Amino acid sequence: MNSLAEPRKWERFVWPVLASALFLLLWHYSVVWSKTKVFPAPLAVEKGLAELARKGVLWAYMGDSLRRVALGFGAAAVIGIPFGLTLGWYPAVNQVVNPVMQMLRPISPIAWIPVAILLFGVGNVTAVFLIFLAAFFPIVVACISGVANVPAIYRRAGRNFGLTAPQLLARVVFPAALPQILVGLRISLGIAWLVMVAAEMIAVDSGLGYLVIDARNSGKRYDLVVAAMLMIGIIGLLLDLCFRRLGNIKSVRWGFRDES
Amino acid sequence: MTVAESVMTETKLSAQHVQMVFTRDGKSTPVLNDVNLEVGKGEFLCIVGPSGCGKSTLLSTIGGFLSPSSGEVKIDGQVVSGPDPRRIFVFQERGVFPWLTVEGNIEFGLFKLSRSERRSRVAHYIQMVGLQGFEKSYPAELSGGMKQRLEVARALAVNPDMLLLDEPFGALDSITRLIMRGELLRIWREERNTVIFVTHDIDEAVQLADRVAVMSGRPANIQQIVKIDIPHPRDISAPRYLELRNGILEQLGLAHQV
Repeated sequence: MNSLAEPRKWERFVWPVLASALFLLLWHYSVVWSKTKVFPAPLAVEKGLAELARKGVLWAYMGDSLRRVALGFGAAAVIGIPFGLTLGWYPAVNQVVNPVMQMLRPISPIAWIPVAILLFGVGNVTAVFLIFLAAFFPIVVACISGVANVPAIYRRAGRNFGLTAPQLLARVVFPAALPQILVGLRISLGIAWLVMVAAEMIAVDSGLGYLVIDARNSGKRYDLVVAAMLMIGIIGLLLDLCFRRLGNIKSVRWGFRDES
Repeated sequence: MTVAESVMTETKLSAQHVQMVFTRDGKSTPVLNDVNLEVGKGEFLCIVGPSGCGKSTLLSTIGGFLSPSSGEVKIDGQVVSGPDPRRIFVFQERGVFPWLTVEGNIEFGLFKLSRSERRSRVAHYIQMVGLQGFEKSYPAELSGGMKQRLEVARALAVNPDMLLLDEPFGALDSITRLIMRGELLRIWREERNTVIFVTHDIDEAVQLADRVAVMSGRPANIQQIVKIDIPHPRDISAPRYLELRNGILEQLGLAHQV
């Protein structure tokens, strides 16, 4: 590989670390120079994290948040993928369903909070439901456009070899749409992770989202607020990286020409 | 092979009074105008014509992907009513499935066969098109010519009695194209399928075909069918070759000089 085109291995690792270090330094000195009493410095946050870890809350809350997102996102994928594939496959059905869906889609999951509480009460189910809503529509839309963008030439080849409609869907349309479906899943996982924070703030008393609001309400512990924010950011990044990895599987990599 | 061997014996395909009119936005465009064509069993027929004249439309109609506005296409005496694995349509190499390996692509149409039968067919056709060593490769890792050979192998694996090729070598560079022509002829001699080959390249047609059908501009019909009575391998500087080629060029109203 040309070293001009591709950054070397150590470079790909070193530059992000350097940038993070720079960011921490900037943060530290901003706190020191501004003499703020409220906003915590990185070291205070680190102590806060250690405190949370000692109490056992950190791992428990991370687990709770991840479980809710897994449930909500998982349900959205399990229901949304077949639903989206069906809509993409039968444009007539899509024409009937599409107006309703396009109207529901721009409603922020946050706006559903009162309705969700009315339906499921204050608790885990409400939180999971809100996360589900957030992830569901992007998945469905990705599947519809994924199916619509399958080149006619592939469907034609499939029909030529004598495939029945269900076989065509399973052996041609689905694998051909898979790269786009994966992109949709990745985006909706990101949104699910965002909405998790709001859902936990109002519906439950555990999890990282709850930690943010609880640390502020009970004693203005901004070191813990920022610690929770930091964890949300790091886990969100890791989830996204994992999903990106899926794009390297050879049977879908053809659909990700520009990403590596 | 001699010319006598390729003389048509039995009629494989007959198109009678095929008309095709496309309607879009209330405007109707006639594309095919009374096309009549007979193709013999095991024959290699090339269809040439000006670009956009409806060659591909005719081929799609033969493949069963389009039904004619009027008239009919019969294969083995039966009216074509839809696509069928007995006649496989080969596109430019864009038709291979990028999510499957070379093996997976060739195996694609063999789902009704037993596992061992599938294996032996895949191995046989990988050998035939010279893709040994690339069994586990994905199309993205192959060159254009290799992808084209893969698509031909995928088509041949289901033992079709007809191959419909739509400008199959159009996207290849000129050297690969020459090699592919030779390969196709070799495979055709082995398999004895009926081949209908659409191209806009008159040289290609005269090099490959038993007969060349020359189409007019749109709305197209078949102006003339030229029998290429030169045995393979063909000498492309022989007087007879040039005579036939120039005849077709003239038929299409093209000058001999650039």
